[in-house]
Amino acid sequence: MIEVRKSNTFVRLALVCALLFSAQGMAVERGEDLYKTYCWQCHGMTGDGNGINVRDMSVQPRDHRDAKEMSARTDEDLFKAIKQGGQAISKSVLMPPWDGALSDDEIHALIHYLRALCKCRHGGG
Amino acid sequence: MRRRIAVRIALGGLALSMLMSFIPIALADGEGRRLINDKCAGCHDLKGPAPTTLRGVWQRKGSDLFYAGNKYRRTWLIQWLQDPVRIRPAGMYYGSHIKPGPDGDQVDQTTLKAHLKLTQQEAESAAATLMALKANSALIKHGDYQPGTISASMGELMFDKFRGCLACHEIEPGYGGLSGPEVYTVAKRLQADYLVSYMRDPQAWDPKIFMPNKHLKEGDLQKFVHYFGVLGKETFK
Repeated sequence: MIEVRKSNTFVRLALVCALLFSAQGMAVERGEDLYKTYCWQCHGMTGDGNGINVRDMSVQPRDHRDAKEMSARTDEDLFKAIKQGGQAISKSVLMPPWDGALSDDEIHALIHYLRALCKCRHGGG
Repeated sequence: MRRRIAVRIALGGLALSMLMSFIPIALADGEGRRLINDKCAGCHDLKGPAPTTLRGVWQRKGSDLFYAGNKYRRTWLIQWLQDPVRIRPAGMYYGSHIKPGPDGDQVDQTTLKAHLKLTQQEAESAAATLMALKANSALIKHGDYQPGTISASMGELMFDKFRGCLACHEIEPGYGGLSGPEVYTVAKRLQADYLVSYMRDPQAWDPKIFMPNKHLKEGDLQKFVHYFGVLGKETFK
């Protein structure tokens, strides 16, 4: 009887772990897909700020691989810039508001991907 | 009796003439439908709805045509189908047509395919059928656009500096962004009421499209279409 209970607990734990990991995986994948669709055009395929649209831009798009610049931004700043546009955080009008195309969850997924690109968090590290 | 026969003949003649007048339309429509099914459906969505997933946006090969009658100008369609030129410098979904270059990403021209050409008769037939496709009519308000004008310099200031639209759209050949369609020909291509509606809410037409809703004021929507009209009259070398 005890063996059966132990086995049930193990199965439940394994299921919870699998769900947690797959949910995380989906969030990262989803963020990458969103980035590829909406951000590549200006920030580039590698996120270095050299997308196909930069030729005639008056302001260079942010290099998302730049850990120094990106760690100076809080996740809240990034959320605001993506949702309401660059001007919402006193940056360029060339960064548009994406609230019409992206849900809040999708913006969070994008921020997760941005942190993976810069390999950084706010405040460094 | 003679009068009855005369009336019957007259009525029969009337019915026959009405039938004859419908037959060419029906034939033309049938021909147009066959044409667009044969030549357009491989790359264009004729039925809708627009993609609701990112993958759907990536896989789109040509513009959605299920609301063509609410979008295009018929005269332009007929001309363009006979002599098609690229409108989107980086294709329908730019992500499928770019590659890394020494100074950043660049359009990979080898991945872009030329649009097929139709004869004049085919173009007229296809345009007649396409113009009858009117999905999303609820999004169009006839007379939404009130004709007017704006100076080219003020229009450019709004389009570029105030709203940042130049980032993705060319306002003349070789000047502007490449991921969106060129706007210097848009007044010739598209209906003004459609332009107002689309810019007001791009995602209402195309839920996952990579054009942002800039939340333009109603007055600015009008001014943008005035500006496109001004651009359309310029001659670019």
